Parts: sequence; structure tokens; C-alpha cells
Amino acid sequence: MKITGLLTVIICGALLTYYAMDFPDFGDGRSPANTYLSPHFLENTMHDAHVPNSVTTILADYRGYDTMYETTVVLTAGLACFFLLRRKESTSPPARFFRHVPTGLTLRIEEGGKLPAENSKVFTRIDSLWAPDSLIIRNTCRLIIAFVQLFALYVVAHGHYSPGGGFQGGVLLGSSIILFSISNDLRRTLKRFREKTAAVLGAIGVLIYSGTGFVCLLMGAHFLNYEALSPLLGLKTGDPMARSHGIFSVEIGVAFAVMSVMIWIYYNLSSAGKHDEGL
Amino acid sequence: MSLPIDFIVLALVVICGIVAISVKDLMAAAIVFSAYSFLMCLSWAVMGAVDVAFTEATVGAGVSTVFCVAAVFHSTRRTKD
Amino acid sequence: MEQIFTAMGAKYNYVAYIILMMVGLYAMIVKSNLVKKIIGMSIFQTSIILFYVSTAYKTGKTIPIVPYDAHAAVQAADFINPLPHVLMLTAIVVSVATLGVALALAMKIYRQYGTLEEDDIHEDLRSEEGKS
Repeated sequence: MKITGLLTVIICGALLTYYAMDFPDFGDGRSPANTYLSPHFLENTMHDAHVPNSVTTILADYRGYDTMYETTVVLTAGLACFFLLRRKESTSPPARFFRHVPTGLTLRIEEGGKLPAENSKVFTRIDSLWAPDSLIIRNTCRLIIAFVQLFALYVVAHGHYSPGGGFQGGVLLGSSIILFSISNDLRRTLKRFREKTAAVLGAIGVLIYSGTGFVCLLMGAHFLNYEALSPLLGLKTGDPMARSHGIFSVEIGVAFAVMSVMIWIYYNLSSAGKHDEGL
Repeated sequence: MSLPIDFIVLALVVICGIVAISVKDLMAAAIVFSAYSFLMCLSWAVMGAVDVAFTEATVGAGVSTVFCVAAVFHSTRRTKD
Repeated sequence: MEQIFTAMGAKYNYVAYIILMMVGLYAMIVKSNLVKKIIGMSIFQTSIILFYVSTAYKTGKTIPIVPYDAHAAVQAADFINPLPHVLMLTAIVVSVATLGVALALAMKIYRQYGTLEEDDIHEDLRSEEGKS
């Protein structure tokens, strides 16, 4: 097995090296990949959509279909993880661990023992593979999360003018919730951002994207042709700002979908589908 | 002759890739894979693909490492190869 | 032989992508641990992305964000090609989605068989067949 695998890999590499010789040089501006279509996009992005970042224009406008189905792929991945891993939370785990907050002692309560009240201020439940309670980690993460979320909103809103956009902003928003879940615990996160919320928000994100397309269809233009939105936004017909706003609404949809799916996959992976104890 | 920065970064990327698949501890493999992703993101930023580099920095080095660590945490760290 | 090396000197990005691709393919074929296979798959994906980003590069040109002025004439030759960037941006997000699903499958297999090694899973399957 090892020899066959190695041989296959070496033959593959040799063939690829042989054909890589015929590629245009690295950094050649006149190679076929750089000539036919992309100059059109670069030269017309300001004129068509009033968006300086040509990557955003191509992503959400010229190649809008691609991105729409890609958002659907992300949502499908979240659903697949849910159906693969999710199972009912076991009602009576073998042993539960609690921390006595004033003294910092850790209690282990065996099966059948009397558990403290659910909303007790004195005892907090901790994971069975718990780490020592760290004031520094908790407070640093509490400080950082707000700024991560603020930066994520900036990234979503400024995707037109700087690197960034719906995907990056959505992943940043999702990772801020994941950071909260790692620094505290999964149960507390699930109280603030429930699994149902994640599923519904993911679907809403895809709906915002395709809904923008359908509004264009209702206004008498092609699917995802944002120019048709100009009467709704109070702009003159043919104003490039209509496309700019269309791209923005699509980016918001992408951010919602990506954020909630990242959180959803994390919930299922980190608790092995039981949603009681996380990382 | 001074080596260009993208050459150094690419060499580090290749080293990280080989280490990530040859290390015997899966948690270590996940962390080295995170380093691999971040160096790859650096090399794309050098090549001017800022949007791609940003996405890789958030997705590859951030979220996918967390996924890998979560999966390894709930299965096993040991591996035979 | 010598001209191969001089030709490859101008294309070291392509060499790096081929090496990474070989590393990923080797991990996917030879390694028996499932998480190692998944990491190999991710390395394979990033090597393809490296290839696409390399084709988009133009020496000495700036990033594909044009000046904020609707009437300025934009010379496309002064900017790096944005089209491969867009294709690869979507590919990265799909790669994290596939990584999540693949890890979920690996966890499901671990729950069923208690191991992540491919050989042990095959043995388990064979002994199950033998019983029935």
C-alpha cells in the first residue's frame, strides 16, 4: 500500500512538473489568464456598480449565481453536521462536576446524588474534562469579543472599499461566539445563542440573498440584476448606486448564513452532538 | 543574493505541510496545520490576493483549527502513523 | 536537466504547489488515520488555491482595488487579476464546510468503532461479516 501510494504520488508529481514547464512565467501580465475577461471587470467596476474593490463586484454582481449557490452549500454543510451528529442529551450522566464559586472548590456529584438548583448563584456546573477556572482568560475574552464583533461589522459594511465582505465578516462574527463558548462554557453560550436561532438565521441569510434576486425579478429585470432596484431605493434609472446597494444587501445575507453555520457546526462538533459539554 | 520573502514563506509552508502529516500526535497535527494555513495566507498576501488572504486568515487559521481540535478532543489523540 | 532548473527558477510558485499537492495526495492515500487524511485533503485544496492565486499575479502591480473616482480611466494592466481571487475565495469557504462535514463523519465513525485507524475499521467490518 505504502509503495503503491508513493509511486502514484511521484508519477503524478513528475507529470505535473513536466507540464508546468509550459506555463507562462510567474508574474507575467500578458498570460492568457490575465488577458481575456478580467480587464473588462477591472475597467468597469466603478462605472457599473460604484464599488472600487473589484473582487466584491465580481463576487456579488457579475458572478452572483455562483455565490448564491455557494451560500447554499455552506448551509447544507451545517445541516449535514446536524443530521450526522445530533442526538438527545442524556438525562442522567454518570457524574457531574460543580464549582463552589466563593471558595473555588470543585465538587463531584455521583449519579443519584442531589444536584444544586439550576440557577444557583453559589454553584456553577463545569465540564467533566474541566480546566482550572482562570480569571485572566475569562476577562480578556470578555474584552476582546466586543471588539471582534465591531470589527466584523466594519468588515461587512466596508467590503465595497477595502478587503473583506460577507464571508470574512460572517466568519469573524461566528468566531466571536465560538471564543465566548471556549472561554466560558457551551451551556452558557447555548442560552444566549440557541441552536434553533443558528438554524433559522442560516436559512434567513440564504433567503435574503435569493430574495434580493426575486425582487429584481418582480421589478421586471433578470434574476440578481440589481439595476432594477433603483425605483425602490429612490434612485434614477441606471444609477450605479442601485447595484452598490444590491451588493450590500447580498453581503448581509452571506454574513448571516456563514456566521450561523459556523456556530452551528461548532456546537455539534465540540459537544459530539449532545450539546451538554463543550471544549 | 538575498532571497525574496515569498520564497522563504513558501519554503516554510512546505515544511509545515510535511510536519502536519508526519507528526504522531493529532492535536499537534491540528496546531501545525493552523500554522500552515497562516503561512499560506501570508504568501497570498505577498502575492497581492488580499481578499483571499483575509478569508484564509479567518477561516483556515481560525475556525478550521477549532473544528479540528474539537474533533480530536472528542475522539482520540493517538495515531499509528 | 539544467534548462529544467532554470525554467523552474522563474516558476518556483508552481514547484511549491506541486510539492504541496504531492504531500496532500500522499497523506490521503497512504496515511491510515482519518484525521490525517482530512488534513491531507485540506493541504491538497490549499495547493490548488495557491496555483490559482499564482496565475493571477503580475510582477510589480498593485492589489485589485481601483481608485475611488468614477471618471478616472482605469488601466487594467496596472492591477492584479481579480477573477481567480473570486473563484478561490468561494473555494476556501466551501473547504471549511467540507472540513466540518468530514470531521463530523470521522467522529461518527469513532463513536461506532472506537478507533480512527482505517485498518482497524476494516478488521471490524470483516469480523462482523464473518459473524453474520
